[in-house]
Amino acid sequence: MTIEFFFYMAAAIAIISSIKVVSSRHSVHALLYLVLSLLAVAVCFYLMGAPFAAGLEVIVYAGAILVLFVFAVMMFGLTQDETAHSPQAGGLINWLGPIILGGALLVILIAIINQSQLQQHLTVNIIDAKQVGILLYGPYLLAVEIASFLLLAGLIAAYHYAKPDVLGGHL
Amino acid sequence: MSEIPLTHAYILASILFLIGFVGVIVRKNTLFILMSLEVMLNAVGVAFIGAGSAWHQADGQIMFILVLTLAASEVAVGLALLIRMQKKFQSVDIDILSKMRG
Repeated sequence: MTIEFFFYMAAAIAIISSIKVVSSRHSVHALLYLVLSLLAVAVCFYLMGAPFAAGLEVIVYAGAILVLFVFAVMMFGLTQDETAHSPQAGGLINWLGPIILGGALLVILIAIINQSQLQQHLTVNIIDAKQVGILLYGPYLLAVEIASFLLLAGLIAAYHYAKPDVLGGHL
Repeated sequence: MSEIPLTHAYILASILFLIGFVGVIVRKNTLFILMSLEVMLNAVGVAFIGAGSAWHQADGQIMFILVLTLAASEVAVGLALLIRMQKKFQSVDIDILSKMRG
């Protein structure tokens, strides 16, 4: 049981759930498969020696961005063109895919946490948050400023587009 | 040096990127197009992190953080536009957008 084995397992889960994301009929199912894919990619990041990036992946992607998607899906109200093509409620067969993929990811996580030799190996070649922070506020300061401009522009644009017509929003 | 070879991280990144690309091209629901874009950006992040850990530099993670910011703002604007589209046309089909004049 080496690091490579766990990496390939998590990569396989990420690939399978990404395929389910783009091929799923129901948008909520696709969203939940997207969460699974992002978590598997976060496990890959952790095994590649980037725990800070793995944490960011879970917090920002699987947390914040997916919440935005869920809000949008809730606002659509799942009209008839969405539910007409969705599969019938088919009992157990709907549960099979998510249970297999999620269970495999859980087994990988427990196996990684449980093996002390693997943990020792992981802590040797690590790039921690301190190195990232030193670079981020040193040579990459201009990039941080540009990212802040981008976020401000995104905030203003999202507010402007999603404003109701009563408040004078024109598309 | 990381345990995982750089080529394998690149292979994973290209597979994920191609899945997302096919999703962007094939799907007609705009919500699914946005989700496929997320998968593509995520694949780019895998490539950056893999390169950064193979050469043991923190620059790959910086690039990943910038990609994360880009993805967040892109999704916010895209979903706001999608909400407007749903209100105006009662549909999220991308073909409806060709009816917009100008």
